Amino acid sequence: MTTFTDYILVCAGTGCRASQSEQIISSFKSAILQHGLKKKVQVVRTGCFGFCEMGPVIKMVPDNTFYVQVSPSDADEIVREHLIKGRRVERLLYVNPDTKQQVSDSKHIGFYKKQYRIALRNCGFINPENIDEYIARDGYVALGKALTEMTPESVIREIMNSGLRGRGGGGFPTGLKWDITRKAQSGRKYVVCNADEGDPGAFMDRSILEGDPHSILEAMAINGYCTGADRGLIYIRAEYPLAVERLKIAIRQATEYGLLGENIFGTDFSFRIEIRYGAGAFVCGEETALIHSMEGLRGEATIKPPFPSEQGYKGYPTNVNNVETYANIPVILLKGAEWFAGIGTEKSKGTKVFALAGKVNNVGLIEVPMGITLREVIFGIGGGIKDGKKFKSVQTGGPSGGCLTEKHLDLPIDYDNLLASGSMMGSGGMIVMDEDDCMVAVAKFYLDFTVEESCGKCTPCRVGNRRMLEILTRLTEGKGEMEDLQTLKDLGAAIKDTALCGLGQTSPNPVLSTMEHFEDEYLAHVNKTCPSHRCTKLTQYCINPENCKGCTVCARICPVHAIIGERKVPHVINFAECIRCGSCMEKCKFNAIYVI
Amino acid sequence: MNKVKTLDDLRKIRESFRAEIDLREKSSNPEQMPQIKVSMATCGIASGAKEIMNYFIETLNLRKIDALVTQTGCMGYCYAEPTVEITLPGKEPLVFGYLTREKADELINEYIRKGVMVDGIMPVTYDAVEPE
Ligand SMILES: Cc1cc2nc3c(=O)[nH]c(=O)nc-3n(C[C@H](O)[C@H](O)[C@H](O)COP(=O)(O)O)c2cc1C
Repeated sequence: MTTFTDYILVCAGTGCRASQSEQIISSFKSAILQHGLKKKVQVVRTGCFGFCEMGPVIKMVPDNTFYVQVSPSDADEIVREHLIKGRRVERLLYVNPDTKQQVSDSKHIGFYKKQYRIALRNCGFINPENIDEYIARDGYVALGKALTEMTPESVIREIMNSGLRGRGGGGFPTGLKWDITRKAQSGRKYVVCNADEGDPGAFMDRSILEGDPHSILEAMAINGYCTGADRGLIYIRAEYPLAVERLKIAIRQATEYGLLGENIFGTDFSFRIEIRYGAGAFVCGEETALIHSMEGLRGEATIKPPFPSEQGYKGYPTNVNNVETYANIPVILLKGAEWFAGIGTEKSKGTKVFALAGKVNNVGLIEVPMGITLREVIFGIGGGIKDGKKFKSVQTGGPSGGCLTEKHLDLPIDYDNLLASGSMMGSGGMIVMDEDDCMVAVAKFYLDFTVEESCGKCTPCRVGNRRMLEILTRLTEGKGEMEDLQTLKDLGAAIKDTALCGLGQTSPNPVLSTMEHFEDEYLAHVNKTCPSHRCTKLTQYCINPENCKGCTVCARICPVHAIIGERKVPHVINFAECIRCGSCMEKCKFNAIYVI
Repeated sequence: MNKVKTLDDLRKIRESFRAEIDLREKSSNPEQMPQIKVSMATCGIASGAKEIMNYFIETLNLRKIDALVTQTGCMGYCYAEPTVEITLPGKEPLVFGYLTREKADELINEYIRKGVMVDGIMPVTYDAVEPE
């Protein structure tokens, strides 16, 4: 076995590496050698600690001391003081900005764990295909408690008091929805789990279903008990085969234990769950379209009211909730409404799972308390922008949301703040964009998606969005006019007001929010330039003959053979052939290729 | 399988399974097995987690090292997939990212067999609600 007694963990995440973590590692290695500790102390590179603002950071193991903003020249002192004399190097400890006190133990540094997992509590922890592991983590205890010790009303009151709001996008108070379904008069009711997850880039719900399927089954059964339903349906897209497989295993295991089926926990409550498959249309995530799709009809939305809670699947009262909403339920019943309401902001309680993607270093699935700032998420947990580029914007809420900017970075994330700044929480996609992204093209991307996904039932969405897309296409091709911008705004406002369902009512958001925050980029496109050189029709790659050595690398890399030239003679780009992929510029060693 | 008819039945399953896990995790008896959990959500599998899991099982078998290889869901480090969590008897679990066959070999030779840490530890960047 090892003889090492101490370890120095050095963060080699992208952020810290940019600030010299490799040099720090070599300084530590030589200091250790010098002091004859080679057999006792080991230096280990680690992934990102999520504290890039204070990087480079290192952690001493086993005593868990955390040093921040370490430089290579500190290595010798840390080895002498910390490892040999057993004294902390005070000046490198983290100072808590609120209390002004030094904090040494990494476990007590607030920043270090900005993430708090409630909905994801078992993901990456238990084997999702083994019900016993779920039970070992208090699985099905909440259901047992509800059935044997609580009335449906008291369970609903608990959910209401917790302040939980729907995680599927709308943010409707969950307890209130359950209460409405409970009060609906009917001999039969349904509980539905919305696992359609149609936002591009979002995979929160899939991860929960793949990592902790039993939590959803348990919550649906609790919902059934509260609302008076004895059947549950999970509407899931067929593109999620692993989630489907794990759900099936979970349903089978729960049924074998009698945790689903007849007379659960010896009571007269019975509950069965079935899976329904969606074909992956975005609009089928909207609850009325979802219900029609399950009924075997076209996936089209219908006007609310009546709300599904009053009249849903086959005309019966139907309680629809999102996967992540359900994942919170068992914990709330076990830990209490007060505990849950203690997390988050005044009107948004608990946590939110985000799929962090785009130009950040640490792309991943994160769960953070409501009220955390975008800055903490992007520059803390996300490890900052890739390749040291400049942050430009962050898109939340998917095709229904908007783009936020630098000035929103310190905004506490919750339902109401995001809405007030022209975006929305949505289901939790969060896409970060840097200086190279063109906001007109981004808006066009989302509108392309909605035009494709519009069910076509109402005119504002079917025709209006297409007209907006045509204008955006013109702009990105340098054929836009000044008055196009006003038309975009007018169309956007009209579609928002008149579309039938949430898809149409929110589809102009990406356009309107980028127009508001990045007006200069729209104006530039009217003037036939794309400041980020993204729009291929407005962009030209050129070779500067003074720098070009005629090395032929670009000509060989060009996928469409648009670069011509003799060896050792400056090359030229044939603009007519060029597809503006940028590969030549990437590969040129002489900085001879530029873009206008 | 026995049906769960009361909360007490459920708690019994919970306690017996917890005791089993405790025995596996907390004991520092060197006879105890190391545990390897592979993050097997879609993101992990897409980056090769299945191959890594098979590789661990085969290699440990071949070398006659007793270890328990299981699967779990998404740990959240999508940028570093495939990821595995290794728990040596009596030690805190450690997560390693960017797994390849070579990295798996290194983990088996150095960490699992000798207890020597290797590069690529993923710091746990979150807290989770704990059971009762
Ligand atoms: C176009 C559109 C797409 C939607 N897609 C989803 C989805 O993929 N998943 C989801 O849970 N909710 C989606 N919703 C919201 C649902 O209509 C509904 O509000 C939600 O499932 C209710 O659950 P919650 O209260 O737990 O959030 C969508 C709404 C609209 C308008």
